[in-house]
Amino acid sequence: MRHYSVFAIVKEALGYHQGWERAWRNPTPKAHYDAIIIGAGGHGLATAYYLGKNHGITNVAVIEKGWLGGGNTGRNTTIIRSNYLQDPSAAIYEKSRSLYETLSQDLNYNIMFSPRGVIMLAQTEHEKRGYLRTAHANSLQGVETRFITPREVKELCPIIHLEGPRYPVLGGLWQARGGTARHDAVAWGYARACSAMGMDIIQQCEVTAIHRENGAVSAIETTKGRIGCNKLGIVVAGHSSHVADMAGFRLPIESVALQALVSEPIKPCMDVVVMANTVHGYMSQSDKGEMVIGGGADGYNNYTQRGSFQHIEETVRALVETFPMISRLKMLRQWGGIVDMTGDRSPIISKTPVENCFINCGWGTGGFKAIPGSGWAMAELMAKGHSPLADEFGLNRFREGRFIDESVAAGVAH
Amino acid sequence: MLLLTCPYCGVSADETELSPGGEAHLKRFGPGSSDEDFEGYLFMRHNQKGVHFERWRHTYGCGKWFLAARCTATLEVFGTYSAQTPEHPKEIIAKIQAKRSDWSLT
Repeated sequence: MRHYSVFAIVKEALGYHQGWERAWRNPTPKAHYDAIIIGAGGHGLATAYYLGKNHGITNVAVIEKGWLGGGNTGRNTTIIRSNYLQDPSAAIYEKSRSLYETLSQDLNYNIMFSPRGVIMLAQTEHEKRGYLRTAHANSLQGVETRFITPREVKELCPIIHLEGPRYPVLGGLWQARGGTARHDAVAWGYARACSAMGMDIIQQCEVTAIHRENGAVSAIETTKGRIGCNKLGIVVAGHSSHVADMAGFRLPIESVALQALVSEPIKPCMDVVVMANTVHGYMSQSDKGEMVIGGGADGYNNYTQRGSFQHIEETVRALVETFPMISRLKMLRQWGGIVDMTGDRSPIISKTPVENCFINCGWGTGGFKAIPGSGWAMAELMAKGHSPLADEFGLNRFREGRFIDESVAAGVAH
Repeated sequence: MLLLTCPYCGVSADETELSPGGEAHLKRFGPGSSDEDFEGYLFMRHNQKGVHFERWRHTYGCGKWFLAARCTATLEVFGTYSAQTPEHPKEIIAKIQAKRSDWSLT
């Protein structure tokens, strides 16, 4: 792999940039791998990367139906934070956030991590009490957050309207080390690093069946033929139930559409991320100047990557209330992704009823921020059979009633 | 926008008038059932990519619950019927199979 550096840029500039290599290879699949990951999104690629980096397992293939990073990794609003209430959530999201801090150096690929800070607005007395509680929980968990006053909110984000018509801003939960990153670059950086370790990323290759022998996974059938494996990781987000069905087990998951939209680019006006969960919208400004906007998910099962109109309207209405100056902005693009929602709104990183088959899913509406931590935990689980970060997120928690109830903690999609 | 006909009041309602209620025809398990059955009833879902039998409530209309057959991959609606129907209705199954010869109820 060619090392990216300022010297490489200077050298290439002298040669009219003719010498750059492709960032990753485009191989044909081998007959057998030690481990196969289904799904070349952020979580799948991160799993493969940490299998190689932390556990020395490099005979790995990552199989992708479409193109890498083309699912929810390329469709989210790129927010990174770890201000969760429950201990297992705070542990994995904080691990993830801390890995993001050095990810550009680790991968030798600029993922444009921008720790600009995240404010979650408190707009009702209930929400204020909830965030005060979260701030206390976070200080016990070693996650740096603080409850701030309305004046501090206004100082951090001058375009905000504190005395909204329905819900005045009563304060906010501030995580200074949260922020955003370039979502495509995260997938591309991991893919390049995986390819450099000798792993095969096989795109436009759909899995059609999962073969089992004596209750253990033995091979997968794909549109590019049969591929054998010792271990299989299913990391396919919205299509988790569909792929799990091929392996013969069910999941506590429903797939629904979540939408996002961006405005026309405007001059820099907001250098933090603001989430307004009571009115239900969140917004940040991209490096190009577009306002990046997200809101609530639809309530009904859907695989179409299109969402409902009224949710866009609801989100935009909420944000115009919160930021009146955006009322005349034009929206440029809108899109949907299919998110995998579990009963307790927490992810599943788990062994499955099929031996040597592992699943990482259920990240729902908040998967991007978790990519490095999720890959770290999933790789450890696949390599060693257990992982301190993943153990609480097992599939058996639904049978045993050990929920990690972030739906109650957050009150909304998170 | 998704349009469903309420089988009670006959109104063709768009999704803003309705509330989704998840998978239909779940077999209910309560106290005394096995852990597996109880977990299945509470959490496990088929979550089909394709024809999905589901519950809806005509929240901003007559207020009643009803059932619908809808494709989650195309959003095509095959029909709606009363929530008091214990099994998947034969006429709706026939209607789906007329359009999709390889489909069968799983």
